[in-house]
Amino acid sequence: MSARVGQEPQVTDAAASDGLDPSRAATARPVEHGLRGVQTLSMAKAINAGLREALRADDKVLLMGEDIGPLGGVFRVTEGLQAEFGEKRVLDTPLAESGIVGTAIGLAMRGYRPVVEIQFDGFIFPAFDQITTQLARVTVRHDGTLSMPVVIRVPYGGHIGSIEHHQESPEAYFAHTPGLRVVSPSSPHDAYWMIQEAIASNDPVLFFEPKSRYWPKGPVDQDHSGMPLHASRVIRHGTDVTVVGHGAMISTLLQAAEIAAGESISLEVVDLRTLSPIDYGPILDSVQRTGRLVVAQEAYGFVSIGSEIAATVAERAFYSLEAPVLRVSGFDAPFPPAALESEYLPSADRVLEAVDRALAF
Amino acid sequence: MTARQRDFTAPRVRLLTPAGELRPTPEAEPYLPLVEALPDEMLERFYRDMVVSRRIDIASANMQRQGQLALWVPSHGQEAAQVGSAHAARAQDHLFPSYREHIVGMIRGLDPVHILELLRGATLGGWNPDENGNFHLYTLVLAAQTLHATGYAMGLQFDGLSGTGEPETDAAVLVYYGDGATSQGDANEALVFASSYQTPQVFFIQNNHWAISVPVSRQSRSPLSLRGGGFGMPGVRIDGNDVLVSYAVTRQSLDEARAGAGPSLIEALTYRMGAHTTADDPTKYRADAEVQHWAERDPITRYRTWLAGRGASAAFFDDVDTEASDVASDLRRRALELPAPTREKIFAHVYSEPHPVMAEELAWLEAYEAGFEGGPA
Repeated sequence: MSARVGQEPQVTDAAASDGLDPSRAATARPVEHGLRGVQTLSMAKAINAGLREALRADDKVLLMGEDIGPLGGVFRVTEGLQAEFGEKRVLDTPLAESGIVGTAIGLAMRGYRPVVEIQFDGFIFPAFDQITTQLARVTVRHDGTLSMPVVIRVPYGGHIGSIEHHQESPEAYFAHTPGLRVVSPSSPHDAYWMIQEAIASNDPVLFFEPKSRYWPKGPVDQDHSGMPLHASRVIRHGTDVTVVGHGAMISTLLQAAEIAAGESISLEVVDLRTLSPIDYGPILDSVQRTGRLVVAQEAYGFVSIGSEIAATVAERAFYSLEAPVLRVSGFDAPFPPAALESEYLPSADRVLEAVDRALAF
Repeated sequence: MTARQRDFTAPRVRLLTPAGELRPTPEAEPYLPLVEALPDEMLERFYRDMVVSRRIDIASANMQRQGQLALWVPSHGQEAAQVGSAHAARAQDHLFPSYREHIVGMIRGLDPVHILELLRGATLGGWNPDENGNFHLYTLVLAAQTLHATGYAMGLQFDGLSGTGEPETDAAVLVYYGDGATSQGDANEALVFASSYQTPQVFFIQNNHWAISVPVSRQSRSPLSLRGGGFGMPGVRIDGNDVLVSYAVTRQSLDEARAGAGPSLIEALTYRMGAHTTADDPTKYRADAEVQHWAERDPITRYRTWLAGRGASAAFFDDVDTEASDVASDLRRRALELPAPTREKIFAHVYSEPHPVMAEELAWLEAYEAGFEGGPA
């Protein structure tokens, strides 16, 4: 099969904010401030703005992490926040991830709402025990008398040509753990709102930020969220095959949809946004119309978010399916040296290869 | 080439000798006034609490053998370290236990039936710390609680609740862990964070010499109290079988922490006379002679000798024995009456906010179980 990504279509992030469904907006958590209008921001700046709103709205909100103070984090997401809110609101911590999450739990026990930054996806594992055996279980252990409003921000995913442990997609480890919530925005608009909604949540939220999408700009409507935190949405309507993904994969799926349209194949693109719990409503609704589903992710395919969606759609929409649910994933080998990442990561072309197989079935 | 000096000795702070004489070591002299300031009823309370602890230990181990508890975690031998340190805390302080500090919880006002509820397999927690003397839940992942305690102490500091000079409102955190747990990364990261943020906090290590079957020499070649200095905080090694020094040193350390002097560390040398838990068999890994050596340093015997020497009556000791028996049998009776949890407990409170999966799975389980009701036997 020949590659079809000769001329890259212009896919802007505006596409990602087109699909706002007003009927679902009613359940969005209201965040109160004066009208701000629509700004064009990068995702990094949008998260920065969202963090600033959260820090202003509630003095129990704290930011904790490595290099997040004067430097503003290695991706500058927290730039200027320590200068504005002080060292007791924006903490440069010792370099120890388990220590950061463990002390964040203690601070949450004291009534704070810590927002932890893990510097890179591959460095979250020293904190894995505190996240999975402690953070995820403190509330159930306390019979609900103690909430754990802790957000763990994780820049994740590939496409940035970096060295080992800097391009991983570990979200499935956390989605597998009861007691945690896991989300990932794909656009600056969603990032701005979802970070504030995650901070407002009384449950622990793993907030996966697609780091390759930190820099492209898009519109951010600072007056209307449009969606609750745990809702998926159709961001491009289509009729032939449903394609589902999250984070940076959304750009790839929109690119694939654009190419497919040129070949008279209509893809419906669903942005998951929430990975735990998964919002199956829009996925099942779409599959019932298209009869075909391709799930795409940067993460390893084995025991992944994609596997879970494939299994559940097979259980719940078996008679609507015209073809097996297909997965397009990172290969089940460690994330390779960066020189090979373009072959390793799912591309629009690999998505279209699966679309072709689904249609040929 | 000469070998480098390997002298890792630490002075031991002790007020009461194993024979029950009040004879402070030189390092313990500064702590004597804190003990001299204690009223008689407090000194008697120390004794009572140690005896109650040991009696509950026996009753609970029996319940486990009778199949009424999934597990029991004995504290026989460690009563002085626990009772002295617990009484050193003020009402506003927060205590983070490991999982062996039953009498510490009771001193803070916890009904021990909740501990049995946990060890009976009826709950994952058992109590609300806010309503039980700020005695936090047991943590079964070793040393994980040291970080929670440190974060909590950071919060007290951010709230302006330490270092103001107000003894009635300034608060501190006391966190318990064992010699085995000192090897965990979390225990060391907690010391880093505590020192870095100068938290109002005392780290209380009960060195009972055995981490299940592994001796403390496998955890550390130097006294654990020296871990304090390496992280930039004072560390002191006390005779953990001396309830008076356990009280006095913890009292002094917590007072300093509340006053804003930062964290410190106490290593209480004691001995786990019984098994690690009822699932353990200590005769497989330690010598009778060692156990006998520590039996001669029993914390209750030495304290009783001292109390008797200063005039406590035989009637007092008899009353305490009777009271301990009553507490233990009442506890046993109430533990056996604990209701079994209902299936809703599987899903309730996994999240603070509504969660569709919890609702769906509970509904499924209810329907599944209902399918058996009224069906063929």
